Amino acid sequence: MTAAIARKANQPPVYLDYQATTPVDPRVLAAMLPWFTEKFGNPSSITHAYGREAEAAVERARGQLAALIKADPREIVFTSGATEANNTAVKGALRFHKQFGPNNQVKDHIVTLVTEHKCVLESAKAMEAEGCRATYLPVESNGIVDLDRLKNAIDDNTAIVSVMAAHNEIGVIQPLAEIGAICRERGVLLHTDAAQAVGKIPMDVDAMNIDLMSISGHKIYGPKGIGALYMRRRPRARVTALIDGGGQERGMRSGTLPTPLCIGLGEAAALAEAEMAGEARRLFALRQRFLAGIKHALPQTILNGDAEQRLPGNLNLSFPGIPAPALMEACPALALSTGSACTAAEIEPSFVLRALGLSDELAAASLRIGLGRFTTEDEVDFAVATVAAAVKHLGQAGVTTRLAATT
Amino acid sequence: MRTAYLDWNATAPVRPAAAAAIAAALSAAGNPSSVHRAGRAARRLLNEARDAVAALVNARADEIVFTSGGSEANALALAAFPGRRILISAIEHDSVRGNAPAAEVIPARADGCVDVDALDRMLAADQQPALVSVMFANNETGVIQDVAAIGRTAHRYNALYHCDAIQAAGKIAVDFAALDIDLMTLSAHKLGGPMGSGALVVKSGLALQPSLRGGGQERRLRAGTENLPGIAGFGAAARAAAASLAAYADVAKLRDHAQQRLCALAPDAVVFGAEAPRLPNTLCIAMPDVASSTQVIALDLAGVMVSAGAACSSGKVTRSHVLDAMGVAPALAESAIRISLGWTTGAEDVDQLGDAWGALYSRTRARVA
Repeated sequence: MTAAIARKANQPPVYLDYQATTPVDPRVLAAMLPWFTEKFGNPSSITHAYGREAEAAVERARGQLAALIKADPREIVFTSGATEANNTAVKGALRFHKQFGPNNQVKDHIVTLVTEHKCVLESAKAMEAEGCRATYLPVESNGIVDLDRLKNAIDDNTAIVSVMAAHNEIGVIQPLAEIGAICRERGVLLHTDAAQAVGKIPMDVDAMNIDLMSISGHKIYGPKGIGALYMRRRPRARVTALIDGGGQERGMRSGTLPTPLCIGLGEAAALAEAEMAGEARRLFALRQRFLAGIKHALPQTILNGDAEQRLPGNLNLSFPGIPAPALMEACPALALSTGSACTAAEIEPSFVLRALGLSDELAAASLRIGLGRFTTEDEVDFAVATVAAAVKHLGQAGVTTRLAATT
Repeated sequence: MRTAYLDWNATAPVRPAAAAAIAAALSAAGNPSSVHRAGRAARRLLNEARDAVAALVNARADEIVFTSGGSEANALALAAFPGRRILISAIEHDSVRGNAPAAEVIPARADGCVDVDALDRMLAADQQPALVSVMFANNETGVIQDVAAIGRTAHRYNALYHCDAIQAAGKIAVDFAALDIDLMTLSAHKLGGPMGSGALVVKSGLALQPSLRGGGQERRLRAGTENLPGIAGFGAAARAAAASLAAYADVAKLRDHAQQRLCALAPDAVVFGAEAPRLPNTLCIAMPDVASSTQVIALDLAGVMVSAGAACSSGKVTRSHVLDAMGVAPALAESAIRISLGWTTGAEDVDQLGDAWGALYSRTRARVA
């Protein structure tokens, strides 16, 4: 095993944090680069050739992204990322419907899950401060929402249900098609934060009855700083814009469209569409290999989140008694994380894992493993051996969560 | 056909140093918020860019809040103080006007400058806490505003001052620390950085309400994974812009030459904002009785790219609210175009513009005669 752990010094750490961000695929990069320099026009400057060339390229990218989720290109609104798309969907839908509900009925209620991404939860909280109501549903111990509970939470004043398609920390995939059917029947908008799902698992806005969907560029081997909000046209999902101004994106999102970033997202979507099925199979096999290897070396390891309904490239593991920060420190050759990258240095036990019923101690002993397009079998074997050795070493050294908690 | 790009106020090509920084950052993995090594490298890049952008406008690094661009920064600034009375000038960009639909409007004078005395009267008349938003330099006429006087006036009445400096930064000296500005908007792609990147400069100690909530990035003022390549490109462009501010003296010479040539070709042409201090690169000029759209299309056919005003919603060419605010007669305003130069513009571009403009002028005047 020591042989497996031996890696050349100066080698970059093995990247196992694909849910935080992904490298830009070289093919995406190649598609983007000319648009920074020689083809630099403003896509709104359609009175001249540089602008028209940029506009045509942006529209092509819009089509590529729409195709990936089986939408109409006119339903795609480019944003600066999934955070902006989530803020727009949640705040925008509530701001619109609390003013203009059908038959003057106030629609000021949102139903969401306690395990949603911070930007959905924070947006819902901000709307509570504006006088709206929010229901934060618990999830089952496997991370999946109970459909009856969801059904019962919707009332006559509910404007929107927001449920993440695939989870950023625990990888769990929610039953969106079923949730979509419930929402459609009740005449409630369904928004899904699909930043982790799009391009990884098949998403079909019609089959799933999705009205609003947030998409991120940098989670699918595209660039950072770009994302999109899918907005259904029929029946129209009505939302108040967050950023007004020049009136780009049919008035839904003002601001100069970043041509190279739009093109990068489009190209990333096209690659995902072409390669998703094969990549999912490959990642699933790698994930199972990782899990089997860890379970073999460390039988006490616990898998968090549903074992079946999860992203092919995600694992979330608890190593009882071993504090995650110490474990990460003991594995400098691996780029690992405990969960959401956002809140960065604030390492506190994941609110998501606690929502699954884990104790603080166990939640603090958990790591997220994100495998992706450039992960190899050798890297998986190396990572398994490294983590297993570190856990054993820390256990013997008496570095435990209990001890860490008292110091 | 040779092309002459003269629409730099719409967007500028990415500077070589910025393109290199973007390409390098795009090729590196790492989320600046992640604690592992890749994440830390990303954070270092982020901090370097923050220093460079701060240096361009003489602000502190911790006063820079990166955004997805100028429109978002303007929207953030205008929504950051709910309850405050908002005053904006009549010549603001749509991204200010659209995000403050209920704002009171400070008039402009015929020379293109915002009327500071009027601002004083408006603030004196109603002493409730206010937020004043007046741009640094206008995107259509290039007229540079008396930012120092506007800031002083605002602060005399305890109002906050937001300044959209998108067109000014990188073209003329902008000194955030020395001016009475509380919030200032910057855009990367107007100064040789990439689209999709901008910043709001926020005076130290000023508490504002964020618009985008979530992961708590940018000191909780702007959630969302940082657009690292965009930010790195912004930083590199800011560094290059700061180092080459002096080169705008040459751009000003070319602009003045263009203005002389066009006015010589069309003696009845009208230049807007020429009596006020102007950005070195901007020329807003009318060819009377020829619609802006006709001019833009004719010039485009001759390979010369200009615009009929702001690029944004485009396609639809509507009369400029900026020229309206200056009291320009509607018929004349409808025949105005914007010509804007940049650091790669050469004398041959101006010649091509002059030839195309002269040919159009002769054609239309022949028809009239």
